[in-house]
Amino acid sequence: MRFAQPRTTEEAAGLIAQEAGLTRILSGGTDVMVQLKSGLVEPDLIVDIKHIPGLRAITPEDGGFRIGAAVSGAELGEHEGVRALWPGVVEGVELIGSTQVQGRATMAGNLCNGSPAADAVPGLVAANAIARIMGPDGERDCPVAEIPVGPGKTTLAKAEFLTSIFLPARPDRSGDAYLRFIPRTEMDIAVAAAAVSLTLDAAGTVTAARVALGAVAPTIRLVPAAADAILGAKLDDAAIAALMEACSAACNPIDDKRGTIEFRTQVAGVLAKRAALIAYSRAGGTV
Amino acid sequence: MKSIHVSTTVNGDAVEFICAPDESLLDVLRNRLGLTGAKEGCGTGDCGACSVTLNGRLVCSCLVLGAEAEGADVGTIEGLANGDALHQLQQSFIDHAALQCGICTPGILVAAKALLEKNPDPTDTEVRYWLAGNLCRCTGYDKIIHAVQDAAQKMRSA
Amino acid sequence: MALDNTPKRVFKVVGTRPPRPDGIDKVTGRALYGADVSAPGMLTAHILRSPHAHAEIVSIDTSAAEALSGVKAVVTAKDFAPQDDDFLMDVLDNCMARDKVLYDGHAVVAVAATNSAIAKAALKLIKVTYKALPHVTDVDAAMTLDAPVVQEGRSLETVPEGMSQNVTSHCEFGHGDLDAGFQKADVVVERSFTTAATHQGYIEPHACLASMTADGKADLWCCTQGQYNVRDLCSAALGMEGSQLRVTASEIGGGFGGKTTVFIEPVALALSRKAGRPVKIVMSRDEVFRATGPTVSSSIDVKIGMTRDGRITAGEAHLRYSGGAFPCGTVDMGAQAAFAAYDLQAVRTLGYNALTNRPKEAAYRAPGAPQAIYAVESVVDELCQQLGLDPLEVRLKNAARKGTRSSYGPTFEDIGLVATLEAAKAHPHYSAPLAEGQGRGLSAGFWFNFGGNTCVTLNVNTDGTVGVTEGNPDIGGSRAAISQMAAEELGIPYDKIRTIIADTSALGHNDVTDGSRVTFSVGLATIKAAQDAIAKMCSRAAQIWGIDEEAVVWKDGAAEPAGPNAGKFPPMSLAEIAAVSFNTGGPIAGHHEFNADGAGVSFGVHLVDVEVDKETGATKVLRYTVFQDAGKAVHPSYVEGQMQGGAVQGIGWALNEEYIYGEDGRLQNPGFLDYRVPVASDLPPIETVILEIPNPGHPYGVRGVGETPIVPPLAALSNAVSRAIGTRMSSLPMSPPRILKALSKG
Repeated sequence: MRFAQPRTTEEAAGLIAQEAGLTRILSGGTDVMVQLKSGLVEPDLIVDIKHIPGLRAITPEDGGFRIGAAVSGAELGEHEGVRALWPGVVEGVELIGSTQVQGRATMAGNLCNGSPAADAVPGLVAANAIARIMGPDGERDCPVAEIPVGPGKTTLAKAEFLTSIFLPARPDRSGDAYLRFIPRTEMDIAVAAAAVSLTLDAAGTVTAARVALGAVAPTIRLVPAAADAILGAKLDDAAIAALMEACSAACNPIDDKRGTIEFRTQVAGVLAKRAALIAYSRAGGTV
Repeated sequence: MKSIHVSTTVNGDAVEFICAPDESLLDVLRNRLGLTGAKEGCGTGDCGACSVTLNGRLVCSCLVLGAEAEGADVGTIEGLANGDALHQLQQSFIDHAALQCGICTPGILVAAKALLEKNPDPTDTEVRYWLAGNLCRCTGYDKIIHAVQDAAQKMRSA
Repeated sequence: MALDNTPKRVFKVVGTRPPRPDGIDKVTGRALYGADVSAPGMLTAHILRSPHAHAEIVSIDTSAAEALSGVKAVVTAKDFAPQDDDFLMDVLDNCMARDKVLYDGHAVVAVAATNSAIAKAALKLIKVTYKALPHVTDVDAAMTLDAPVVQEGRSLETVPEGMSQNVTSHCEFGHGDLDAGFQKADVVVERSFTTAATHQGYIEPHACLASMTADGKADLWCCTQGQYNVRDLCSAALGMEGSQLRVTASEIGGGFGGKTTVFIEPVALALSRKAGRPVKIVMSRDEVFRATGPTVSSSIDVKIGMTRDGRITAGEAHLRYSGGAFPCGTVDMGAQAAFAAYDLQAVRTLGYNALTNRPKEAAYRAPGAPQAIYAVESVVDELCQQLGLDPLEVRLKNAARKGTRSSYGPTFEDIGLVATLEAAKAHPHYSAPLAEGQGRGLSAGFWFNFGGNTCVTLNVNTDGTVGVTEGNPDIGGSRAAISQMAAEELGIPYDKIRTIIADTSALGHNDVTDGSRVTFSVGLATIKAAQDAIAKMCSRAAQIWGIDEEAVVWKDGAAEPAGPNAGKFPPMSLAEIAAVSFNTGGPIAGHHEFNADGAGVSFGVHLVDVEVDKETGATKVLRYTVFQDAGKAVHPSYVEGQMQGGAVQGIGWALNEEYIYGEDGRLQNPGFLDYRVPVASDLPPIETVILEIPNPGHPYGVRGVGETPIVPPLAALSNAVSRAIGTRMSSLPMSPPRILKALSKG
């Protein structure tokens, strides 16, 4: 195994492209190191992208923010601007692991790890965040929702890696929230999760919404039917009931050591309800 | 696997070591630098016994490659006391019987120090959530929380 | 045993809270645990483990591994001496599988190499051919007649005819006429319970460093609760004489019973013998979960009858425990403990142990009692609910007390149950209001407490200080408590004493640190050793004064002339006597060796308030109070620490901790990510109330306190959750999916 610390994205892309064997990108390393420890993967090349200028930066752009792929959860959580604009995204990232893990883990890494239970991803999908991807042929942009395709699998080509994630600007009277269910208060993988992003009109009616679910299907799932359930409503009981039903209907979970199909399906709806109410309140609505 | 030469700073002292590319910072500290205060309880970032600071940020040293320490500033439990003067947290842990077997204690002290640097006056709930990644199986955490709060109070009034 | 019994005495050191002697080492990272030492020329070893729950080992080919550069030794079961004794053979077979692998994670081959990476690479070169066999991991399934047989011919004669070969033992306890008792009842509740296997969860994985030389002498450093036990087991396994193996106990990073046996120690010695170099083995967390611990898993039926006014008329329990792939006697302790808190006319408990394809059970804090008492205390609570009775009053009404014939036979002496229940009743927690969705649970708990073989030396140094040498690894602050008792008895300050833990060559045998025995037994031996030294110091003073040694008494740390000589000479302090000891007959040391008896049983009562989120099944522990009789709390902070730590382990057991096996018989959650021990943010403060009802078996009244606190939480939590949700829970852990399912069934 070799270890490289490239100084530009081009250099990194070149290193990865030239490597015939297995490559792993290291930013926070909180997944890669666990894989190394367990012997699950034995990479031939580790590429540490933290020393590439810009990859640890949070930059305002078009009213939104571009988050470098190597920005840790702790760094993101300390950024008042992102916190104010996309609180649900930030709270999702901050739920990954412990304080110690927060010191290292990144939003981009959480996405690229491809876990259906990734805490950062539902919020990003609800936010319609855009990932910037570097590859042998240069950069491309791709909606975050299109990156995961199954447990541990993404649409990234072999020599591609994320350099940043863009969180867009949003209209006034918008809010988002993320909730997950875990058996303990910390340190667990999500058993079910929901993120809701919405925008209200002056009367408190939902004019735009995106709802994403985690840990209830092979990938993080955007649920348009759940968004439709609350569009045009003021989160009255009927809208909430429809939201919960749409979320439960969208679940295709598994039974495993962390939860049952029945539990995940039921709790996904509950979390969506609670997240929607928080997002609504953040957007300035009062139920 | 060709070893890597690393120059770094540990507890303020310049240190050089060589390590394998896949060797964790925890293994480097324990096996190459003789700093066995950081413990391996899991090796997967779930127990916090290997907590150190890396450039001032609290991390699990089992989730850091030794090679990443190049040019960095590493802080371990061995650097907590100032010579023979214990850090207030260390004294409070002894005074409040906040340890039994003591295997988690180095990690908890390093983590608690990082907390109090960021938030000198935390609530009990904030202490509990900050330390959620530091498993202790002996104490039930109660006396640990008291000790951290005792140290925080004394450090504020110092 | 005749003992001084002066429970009313006023203590000077006992009962205070001095700093622990190992404190600074532990807060500075200097304390040396199992994995913290190395030796010149040391090799590192790793162990290949079974991926099968149950399989025959057809062949093992280690040739490629042995040929790998840097590999210095390979061992399998063939490298150990066969044992005549079944117990020893089981311990050894668990360390290294002989003909069959009996559980996922069972060790098969070990390799020592010049570094860890080479040893790991060598494991991949080993070819083991297995013939997979059907497996069984559930205790009830294992007891059916068509279940796969884990080991043949292991049933004791006590097992009734016609049961599965997996049933290895049967026990029965109790007295009185059950049928008559149930007929007197106004209500009878019968319910079945299950509890998952849990792990002790110590944060320090097992680790050892073995060094054996060509002349057959060996040194072993390891984290253990009992270095003498390690010596005995390892010397038998290696076919060597006990005197040739010196075992040193490192600081121990948690044990809770799980470090009272051996797993890697004989393997490291065998590798060292073969390689002629020191060998270190450190388990990974995955190995700890798959191959060490855990507790028994259990399935229990309880039937209790009660009159309308809350008198229990009869109690019966059938306990089915599985201690994994080897015979296990833990069910006997469960069957004895089940009804210990009650004064009953008619009681019977039947216990069975069944083999399953799980790791061999290791002791965990009051082994066997939490499961049994969980089931009994749940049914008592349900009866209280049905009859509209206060659960604390009902327990007081039926409480065992001095003179009660216990459900397991002996008649109780002074016990603290009633005082403990009264303390709970009087505590503000018991009468605090509860909100909607909240529930309060209560449970009593019991543990026997052990004494056992103990040996202590107390050396009086010429500078007036004292060294106490004991042989029990300190798992909860016992060095402080032992120093306190020595200081108390000698009448000198605590900081004049240093207590250390000897290796096996430096002191006579001591039983393992278990059974809550150390503060009691080692403390008692220390007091006796101090008395021995005092007698010698009085004799030296008498010699100096030229008076009869019977005419000297020891008071406040000094010899004083007494009787006809009273006041004739100024008192001579310990330091003064010690300073001239070389001129009065040589060094002064006290000793005591005995097999301690009279440990004194222990009772505790726990109160807990919970709130259950009815939409997710999540339980939040809001308030928790532990009441326990400590006899006499030598160092109250560490008594509280035991009460708090045990309670929290019990909370974990009740709510989230469990061994989860897949269809393939493999452990699904061998890590702290999915084996969910409580984290700091899960918990409220754990309040403690120490009761002191002196144990007549100890001169200061000390009882063991370490194990009882894990017993009540299981039922206390289950009773609280059941009351909060209005549905009786009967399976542990009460994970959110289980609670949500119970809620949906209503």
